[in-house]
Amino acid sequence: MKAGVSAWDGVQLAGSALMGAFLILPVLGLVATLSWEDFLGGLRNPLLGPALRLSLFTTSSSLALVVVFGLLLAWRVARNPGRASRVLEAIAQLPAVIPPAVAGVGLLLAFGRRGLLGAWLDRHGIGLAFSTPAVILAEAFVSAPFFVQSAIAAFRRLDENLLVVARTLGASPFRTFLRVGLPLAAPGLVAGAAMSWARAVGEFGATLLFAGNLTGRTQTMPLAVYTAMESDLRAAQALSLILVAVAFALLFVLRRVAPAAMLPGTEARGA
Amino acid sequence: MLEIRVARRIGPLDLRIDLSLDGETVLLAGPNGAGKTTLLRLLLGVLAPDEGRIALGGRVLFDREQEIDLAVEDRELGYLPQDYALFPHLDVIGNVTFGLARLARSERLRRASDWLARLGASHLARRFPSALSGGERQRVGLARALARNPRALLLDEPFASLDQVARRELRVSMRGWLRDWQLPALIVSHDPADAVLADRIAIVERGRLIQQGTLDELQKAAASSFVSGFAGESV
Repeated sequence: MKAGVSAWDGVQLAGSALMGAFLILPVLGLVATLSWEDFLGGLRNPLLGPALRLSLFTTSSSLALVVVFGLLLAWRVARNPGRASRVLEAIAQLPAVIPPAVAGVGLLLAFGRRGLLGAWLDRHGIGLAFSTPAVILAEAFVSAPFFVQSAIAAFRRLDENLLVVARTLGASPFRTFLRVGLPLAAPGLVAGAAMSWARAVGEFGATLLFAGNLTGRTQTMPLAVYTAMESDLRAAQALSLILVAVAFALLFVLRRVAPAAMLPGTEARGA
Repeated sequence: MLEIRVARRIGPLDLRIDLSLDGETVLLAGPNGAGKTTLLRLLLGVLAPDEGRIALGGRVLFDREQEIDLAVEDRELGYLPQDYALFPHLDVIGNVTFGLARLARSERLRRASDWLARLGASHLARRFPSALSGGERQRVGLARALARNPRALLLDEPFASLDQVARRELRVSMRGWLRDWQLPALIVSHDPADAVLADRIAIVERGRLIQQGTLDELQKAAASSFVSGFAGESV
C-alpha cells in the first residue's frame, strides 16, 4: 500500500512542478530577457504615455459602469429568486464565454453606425464605433461577468435574518441594502471589482474590432503592446512589464481581500 | 392587542390560524413543520397571507379585503430571531441605534444606552457581536428591538442557541422583563421549559391551532399526543 501512495505522491509532485513551471515561465521570460537599459529605453517609447493614460481612463470608467449597474442587477437576482432572475444571471455570464473577437463583432453590429441601436444613435448625432466610449463599452462588456458573478454570490451568502431584522427596525429596502447588504458583502464585492478591472485592463480583441487601434483615442496598453511588437520587441516587452507589475499588485490585493470574503454573519449564519 | 386571522398555503403546509393576544405573553409550540415560523413571517410582513387580517392595537397591518398590506418597516413589531441576528459589522451601540435613525444623534445614544442599561448590558456598548456570549447577544438583540418602542414582540426560539446555564438564567430575567413591558409577546418555542414565561400556550399542528390554554389546562385535557408530551414534560 505504501508504495502505491508514494507513487501517487510522485505523480502529483511531477504534475504540479510541470504546471507551475509552465505558468511562470512566460512571466520569467518577460522579466529575465530585458536589460535595465532596454527597459528604460522601452519606457521612452512614444506609444506608452497615451496608451497608459487611455487605459487608466477607460478601465476606471468601465469599472464604474459595471459596479453601479452590476450592483443593482446582482442584488435583484440574489434577493428575488425565480425564473426572471435565472435568465438575467445567465445573460450576465454570457460575455465570459463569448470569444472577445466575437464580442467585438457583436458590439459593432449593436452599437456601430448601422447596428441595432447604433443606427438610431447615429440619427441623433451619436457615433460610438472607433471612439474612446467604444473602448469603455468593450471593456465593460467583457469584464462585467467577473463583478456580477462575484456580487451575486456575495449577496446570496447574506443571512436573510439580518435583512429582515433591519426592516423590522424601520429600515426601508434601500437603506437595508445600503447599511446591511453592502457592508457585509464588501469583501466579495471588492474581490469581484478587482477581477473585473484586471479583465478590462487586459481587454484586446473586442476593443480592436469595435474601437480600432488609434493612438490616444482607442489604443489601450494591450493594443500598444501589439503595435510596438511590429517594430520593436524591446518596447513591447517594456510595456508588457508595466502590465505585469499591475497584475502582481492586483494579485496581492486579491489574496489579502479574498480570505476575508467570509465575514462572520455572511456565511455560517445563513444556514 | 394583537389580532391574527390568517390563511396561507406553502407547499405541503396549509396554514389557518386564528389567535388574539391581549397584552399577554403567548407561547407558540408545535412539532417541526407545523407552521410556527411561517406564522411569524406572515406577521412580520415578509410573506403575505392568501387571506385574512392582522391588526395590532387598532391598527390594521394586513387585510386582504381592504387591500391593506403594511411594509415590514411600518408594522412596529419587535423581532428577535433565533440567532439574534446582530449586525456583525456594527458594535453593540451601533446595533441598538440602528433602528433609531429618525432621532437626533444625542437622543439616539441616550435611548440606546438607556435600554442597554435596563437589560444589564451597558458594559458591552463598544464591543462587536463576535466578542459576545450567546446570553449577551440576546440582551443586545432585545435592547435593539425594544429601543424602537414596538407595539408587540415576536421571539423565535429565544433560548435555543444558549447553553443550559445561560438558558435558565435568562429565562428568569425574561419573565421579569415581559411582566414589566406589558407588551403582547409571541414566543415560538419547542422547549416545554419556556412555558413558565407565558400566560397562555397555543399549540399548532399541521397548520392549525389545535389547542390553547394555561399549562394546567393543557395537562388536564390534552388534545393530542404532542400536547400531552409537551405539557407533561414542562412540569
